[in-house]
Amino acid sequence: MTAAGVFADLVDQDAVVADLRAAALAAADQLRGGPGTGMTHAWLFTGPPGSGRSSAARAFAAALQCPDAGCGHCDACHQVLAGTHADVRVVRPAGLSYGVKETRSLVLRASSSPTSGRFQVVLFEDADRATEAAANALLKAVEEPPPRTVWLLCTPAPEDLLVTIRSRCRLVRMRTPSNRAVAELLVRREGVDQRTAAEAARAAQGHIGRARRLAVDDEARTRRLAVLDIPGQVDTLGSAMLAAADLVQAAERDAASTSGELDEAERTALRQAFGEGATGKGVQKAVRGAAGALKELEDRQKSRATRIKRDSLDLALLDLAAFYRDVLAVQFGADVELSADPARVRAVAGASSPETTLRRLDAVMRCRRRIAANVHPQIAAEAMTTALFTG
Amino acid sequence: MSGAPVPAVCVVVGDEELLVERAVARIAAAVREEDPTTEVHELAPGTFHPGQFAELTSPSLFGERRVVVLRAAQDIVKDMVPGVLAYAADPADTAVLVAVHAGGAKGKALLDGLLKAGAHRIDCAKLTKPAERLEFIRGEFQREGRSVTRNVAQTILDTVGSDLRELAAVCAQLCADTEGRIDEAAVARYYTGKAEVSGFTVADRALEGNLPDALEQLRWALAIGTSPVLITSALARSLRGLAIAGQPIRGVGEGEVAKRAGVPPWKIKSIRQQARHWTAHGIAHAIAVVAETDAQVKGAGTDPAYALERAITAIVAARR
Repeated sequence: MTAAGVFADLVDQDAVVADLRAAALAAADQLRGGPGTGMTHAWLFTGPPGSGRSSAARAFAAALQCPDAGCGHCDACHQVLAGTHADVRVVRPAGLSYGVKETRSLVLRASSSPTSGRFQVVLFEDADRATEAAANALLKAVEEPPPRTVWLLCTPAPEDLLVTIRSRCRLVRMRTPSNRAVAELLVRREGVDQRTAAEAARAAQGHIGRARRLAVDDEARTRRLAVLDIPGQVDTLGSAMLAAADLVQAAERDAASTSGELDEAERTALRQAFGEGATGKGVQKAVRGAAGALKELEDRQKSRATRIKRDSLDLALLDLAAFYRDVLAVQFGADVELSADPARVRAVAGASSPETTLRRLDAVMRCRRRIAANVHPQIAAEAMTTALFTG
Repeated sequence: MSGAPVPAVCVVVGDEELLVERAVARIAAAVREEDPTTEVHELAPGTFHPGQFAELTSPSLFGERRVVVLRAAQDIVKDMVPGVLAYAADPADTAVLVAVHAGGAKGKALLDGLLKAGAHRIDCAKLTKPAERLEFIRGEFQREGRSVTRNVAQTILDTVGSDLRELAAVCAQLCADTEGRIDEAAVARYYTGKAEVSGFTVADRALEGNLPDALEQLRWALAIGTSPVLITSALARSLRGLAIAGQPIRGVGEGEVAKRAGVPPWKIKSIRQQARHWTAHGIAHAIAVVAETDAQVKGAGTDPAYALERAITAIVAARR
């Protein structure tokens, strides 16, 4: 790694890196018995999706565990970055929400002493998924922290968390990285050529993970192009409805392919844990007892599948929204970098008025809100595509 | 069943509880007719062991007859199956074994084995077609020595619903309470209203533009506890059918159109008829209304019933 150590991969976040580095040094000072000014026990990483909130938090966790404040090549750094460090617990809610029961056990674990003698770090990605009760349970832990425990919470915006938690955290604001910086990262890390990298960076609009997917994964590129076909497709009511159906089906396939294999493996593992396939006295009774646990597992899996489906759909909707933003920019003659194929954007821009484009943008954003509010995805998508059709 | 000897092994196949109950009771009664001292033993899976089964089915010391009812035969543990099948192949003449099986794939080996061993099969599948239910109602009256017309049977079905147990109880009650002919007036004295209204009835009325009927059906549907979510999804489905299958698509066959629209092929004709009263913009507006209503009934609004009524009014107004 370069001289930047664990912070090397934070794209275009110089101010944040300087802050975190200073805090890591202060933390080391604290461990030596110094005052440790500049370190605190609770951090809130915020920033637009894909700006690298959790990567920043992870790098900071590594810097805290590293005797060299984040050298990037010692055991501690490697273990944290690989997710195997004993004193760094990463929480990534897979379902639609994160419940109070899970939070309480998390709080309990977080209050134990660090095994390595440095810090007990809890990295909570997507902390906005915590339910209200869960957030309150978390508040108690953040309010009166054990001396060596550090909480790293990640949310898109500070407002996504309870105000009482927010006020006890030090805020780290990530900014949207520039397309140039993202493209550079793609060339350096993924080894893709300049043109592909630049294209992916433009399409992803500052979302690093998405840019990486678009740069290396043909499937993701094809999907994006299919989504961007929609504006040209919705010329009749029937085709608008079919476009909605395609959109939802693609999301369902995503959910099925990601969770399908996982689901079966988890179910088998659970049944085995309850003694299925074993012989001996009492086995049958034990296997029957698995029914309750199995039901609970299936509920969790269902929640996870719904979340994958919604996330996948949301990605497509954001692509669509970006497309209409481009259209609007062209219609107003604004000189900005277009995220999509300029020829297609100009075709749509020439065929409609800015008012129509704004109404269409509204329809896309309304669809996102509705899906988040639990409206049946197909109904929401149909309302959107038919609104794109009527203009 | 009286007269003919009762088969030594019977299987009652099906999941319509009432019919299963009756079949079992009929067998028990037939055996009792032959020997009034007959004992009936009920065995449920999980509560008996192989020894108990053998004990109950082997001839007793005093030679009295027994009826052994094996409940939920599809659920008995695997180890028991060979024992039951061995008995069925060579049944004792003092016992009658009645295996109650839900049908379906679970425990199919046992069912097939019993049938192969020559068991007498009685089918008690759930009634799915309205005509079968009407037949059932008329059969109920016949059992009591009364008869009703088809229309009366239909009225009973509309007001009571499709649960056979309830229907049987209603028929028995009507026979007990009514002197002379049982006509629609007699039914109406005790039973009124609608027992089952699906979201699709509501959606069909709305798409036809029949506002009073659509609202009435909606009220019935909500009153009998149909979930508002089911009604919005029925509305969405009907509008989807109308939007996609309303006009023929060039170069695409009817069957394929029906598949894309998610409607059965025979419905295409009536959809095209409805479509004559709709413009593309009208349908698009109606779809937007349904999406908003789906949000309302899922918590964005305070009163799902109001949201649905508004939606139906708006949908009817969106027609040409």
